[in-house]
Amino acid sequence: MMSMIGRRLAVGVFVIWGVTTLMFVLIRVAPGDPATTLLGPDATPEQIEALTERLGLSGNIVEQYLAYLRQLATLDFGDSFRTGQPAIALVSSRLPETLQLTLGATVIAAAVGLTLSLLAARRPDGAIDRVVSTISILFQGMPTFWVGIMLILIFALVLRVTPSSGAGTPAHLILPAITLALPFTAIIARISRATLTEAMREPYVQTARAKGLSRGEALRNHAFRNAMGPVVTIVGLQVGALVGGAVVVENVFAWPGLGTLIVDSVASRDYTVVQAAVFVIALFVLALNLVADIVNALLDPRIRVEANA
Amino acid sequence: MTDKLALSVRDLVVSTDADAPVRILDGVSLDVRSGRTTALIGESGSGKSILGSAVMGLLPDTMSAQGEIVFDDRQVLGIPERQRRALRGRWVAMIFQDPLAALNPSQRIGRQVGELLRRGGLRGKALEEGVVRLLARVGVPRPEERAHAFPHQLSGGLRQRAVIAMALSGGPRLLIADEPTTALDVTVQKRILDLLAEMQRDDGIAILFISHDLRVVSHIADDLVVLYAGRVAESGPARSVLSKPLHPYTRALARSVPSVSAASAVSDPIPGTAASPAARPSGCAFHPRCPLAREICRRETPQPREVVPGRVSACHFAEEFLDD
Ligand SMILES: Nc1ncnc2c1ncn2[C@@H]1O[C@H](COP(=O)(O)OP(=O)(O)OP(=O)(O)O)[C@@H](O)[C@H]1O
Ligand code: SF4
Ligand SMILES: [Mg+2]
Repeated sequence: MMSMIGRRLAVGVFVIWGVTTLMFVLIRVAPGDPATTLLGPDATPEQIEALTERLGLSGNIVEQYLAYLRQLATLDFGDSFRTGQPAIALVSSRLPETLQLTLGATVIAAAVGLTLSLLAARRPDGAIDRVVSTISILFQGMPTFWVGIMLILIFALVLRVTPSSGAGTPAHLILPAITLALPFTAIIARISRATLTEAMREPYVQTARAKGLSRGEALRNHAFRNAMGPVVTIVGLQVGALVGGAVVVENVFAWPGLGTLIVDSVASRDYTVVQAAVFVIALFVLALNLVADIVNALLDPRIRVEANA
Repeated sequence: MTDKLALSVRDLVVSTDADAPVRILDGVSLDVRSGRTTALIGESGSGKSILGSAVMGLLPDTMSAQGEIVFDDRQVLGIPERQRRALRGRWVAMIFQDPLAALNPSQRIGRQVGELLRRGGLRGKALEEGVVRLLARVGVPRPEERAHAFPHQLSGGLRQRAVIAMALSGGPRLLIADEPTTALDVTVQKRILDLLAEMQRDDGIAILFISHDLRVVSHIADDLVVLYAGRVAESGPARSVLSKPLHPYTRALARSVPSVSAASAVSDPIPGTAASPAARPSGCAFHPRCPLAREICRRETPQPREVVPGRVSACHFAEEFLDD
């Protein structure tokens, strides 16, 4: 298992390098520049040139990139163009909110998705299975921003049972977490239903039934654990999509996390903050992928033994 | 023939629920006596495993059964699933062909062998001891240690012993063994068969032994039922059936295995391919492959009948084989 973790870490370093480099280039290629944006329409060319110089953006992109890499090597992300605070400090102040949101969504998606799949897999192609698969298609097909707006309309404005936006109390988390969880719930329900149904056809499930276990007991006590490996893998791979969804959801609900920070920083061409935020998100996604792999290995004693050897 | 019947199957029909239903089993009758072994034999696809599933009450969702399945005077076909479930593991148990597949890969052996004990209320030390006793009884060496192993850490023979321990854990009166030795090495096969015979002697369990291997069957069966395309071709006491088959299919089967039929030293495979229940030939299902087939065989389905006491054959001309 240790060698697996080592391999993953090496790959992870490359992925983070690739992702941050891409971001570095894209944000500079996009139209608009920080000095003009910061100074506003009345600034003179001299003022703009001076600010560009001060922000370290006067050289060509290769020079800038080399300077950026030198800084990155010491984990220095530079200061925010807008506020002058260290970019990483801004990012870390927003990170807990995003963690809360993605964690909340993951818990909801896992609980609801797995429950739905257990109900469905008891009788594949039965009535419950069909209802669950319809729900999954709906959940997965609805655009996130639209779901967010509908939930705000229904629960915050009409029923007035939840706040419509912002953060602060647990109640604030409910709508954004549900919005973010829906497509993820559908994915978990679908994959888990498929692997559970397959596991239910395995001879060891017949053995369990031959011992007098009911369909549901065989499903929970024997099929479930063996069916979870692929589910955990897919969930790990979907974490990237989840974080992507979080950016949208945070902006719909004015949730003060990394997503809103990134959108604001892109709009104001605050390059350093965007770079720091993307770096942290990439790190977060990779860490969760690694966790998924470890959980997967722990689930299957056959892998566990091989990996120990 | 006076032994008590543990299992009696009468006119069992198992059909698929599809738009064009197929009778996988078409009127099968057989008995298994307490403390005795009835072997169910037939080519691949003849419906042996489906019969086992029907007796367990674990047919695929897409199939339904009619007829009689009687456990010890109690008709169990059609009783509520809850009552049927209570019989599984405790009245009737089953062991399967591939012990690796039959064991849950992510659960320790002890937990699986002890599952019925646990459901019966045993916990902690008593449960552990019960598991160790079961494993020791089926000849698993160092049972305390083996109870903590995962299935992939044991050899094929030990795995099948664990599966047998699991099947015995509920103290069943009837054991259905579906090709329990097919997946094992020849040397291990013999030991597993001996173990089953020993358990049977000790506990008086009735065994329905499913196999396509006449050689194995000739060693262990008291009674023999020969299945062809979902119908009984012939049945009766094993020794008598094998020495004087009353059905051309049984004869051909016996001749296809050199050591069973004394008449020939070489194997003589049956011509043609086994008929499947889905495409069962008209009349006698065996007629396209039968060297003795006549006109009537294509038109009329021969009904199984007692040709001489204890000997049932479903061939129009069974009587003619009596004086061969
Ligand atoms: N789940 C199923 N759904 C539909 N048909 C099935 C199913 N299982 C088996 N059958 C069909 O039922 C017939 C009998 O199958 P069965 O498994 O009982 O054969 P068998 O005698 O046990 O063969 P083998 O020696 O290969 O194990 C076959 O024609 C098979 O195609
Ligand atoms: S009934 Fe006819 S075809 Fe069938 S086994 Fe007898 S002789 Fe052969
Ligand atoms: Mg079979």
